[in-house]
Amino acid sequence: MNHENPSFELFGIYFNPANIMMLFITCLIVFLIAFFSTRNLKMKPTGMQNFMEWVMDFVKGIIKNNMDWRTGGRFHVLGITLIMFVFVANMLGLPMAVVWKGELWWKSPTADPVITMTLATMVVVLTHFYGVKMLGAKGYFKTYLQPMPFLAPLKIIEEFANTLTLGLRLYGNIFAGEILIGLLASLGATSAFGLAGALIPALAWQGFSIFIGAIQAFIFVMLTMVYMAHKVDTDH
Amino acid sequence: MFGESFVLLSASADAGFLAKLNDPAGLNLGDIIVTVLFFSILMILLKKFAWGPLMGVMDQRAELIATEIEAAEKSRLASEQLLEEQRALLKEARENAQSIVDNAKKQGEAQREELVVAARAEVNRMKESAAIEIAMEKEKAVAAVREEFVSLSILAASKVLGKEISEEDNRALIEETIVKAGEGR
Repeated sequence: MNHENPSFELFGIYFNPANIMMLFITCLIVFLIAFFSTRNLKMKPTGMQNFMEWVMDFVKGIIKNNMDWRTGGRFHVLGITLIMFVFVANMLGLPMAVVWKGELWWKSPTADPVITMTLATMVVVLTHFYGVKMLGAKGYFKTYLQPMPFLAPLKIIEEFANTLTLGLRLYGNIFAGEILIGLLASLGATSAFGLAGALIPALAWQGFSIFIGAIQAFIFVMLTMVYMAHKVDTDH
Repeated sequence: MFGESFVLLSASADAGFLAKLNDPAGLNLGDIIVTVLFFSILMILLKKFAWGPLMGVMDQRAELIATEIEAAEKSRLASEQLLEEQRALLKEARENAQSIVDNAKKQGEAQREELVVAARAEVNRMKESAAIEIAMEKEKAVAAVREEFVSLSILAASKVLGKEISEEDNRALIEETIVKAGEGR
């Protein structure tokens, strides 16, 4: 389990090529799925178009749960991309983990806290950006005094707590899932007896991990929209 | 590893904080940049190639459905109105037909009555004329017989008397006798 991460330096900045590769693969898969399922679109949808429309309606439902569609419509693209990206990223580490020369190359990109925290920070920064954009600077700072001015310190702490929990929840779920799959796989690799013992739990855990991956993608988008609604909706 | 990086993050509030951040043992700044970059590119590409067209189609469909529903509502109203009109027309036609049939029946009745009356009158008239004719014929026959009888009587009387009896002299007498005889019968 204690694999090193590959690393290289460019312009004085350190990169993890494994992360970059997995992110690229994730983006590629998401793009290909979305691209090929939206070719020759029809009024009466068939096959993959149905699926993509279901995803769109699903995200639309999430947004509508949290805010007015006139406000929330602009986050639709963000929501769909985010849910597809996080879901595919969660799935990538399930079938295998590839370690080469002691360095972990193939894994879920979301099993890396740097990536999940980056996504979480990006989302929270976007909420602040849209908060200022839609309510104006004055309205944006006013939200910190709501509902009671003396709660302002808590509101500021909340922002950091939101970012941390949003990123670490995703990381923790996926990383833990991969650890357990790795343990079961190493148990299965020890002997025929070990294989027999590990087979059923490994299958069960992988099935459960698919469920967790889907749920975490949903939760990530859900919370994104909740935080967004806190910042852009004056009614809440 | 990852856990350590956050311990480091929280613990290193010293001067080497940024240097620690950008360290393979700490945080990979490069990964952060790459993540944001990749995600942004993915989002832009998907918006252009996938979500945009798909949303367009979904909006179009929503619009189509709305117009279709409107059109259906309109045509339903129109057909309802048409049905009402047809129903009224049918009712009117039925009433007309009923009145025509009634009229015809009445007319037929009257005509029948008329015919019967006419026939009866004709029959009566024919009966009367026949009776008159019979009476006339009878009268004529009686007159002829009477005349014949007068001649025969005179002939017989002249034969009996052996002499010519002047018809002109005795006719009045004979005829009187015949009338008496006729009455006596």
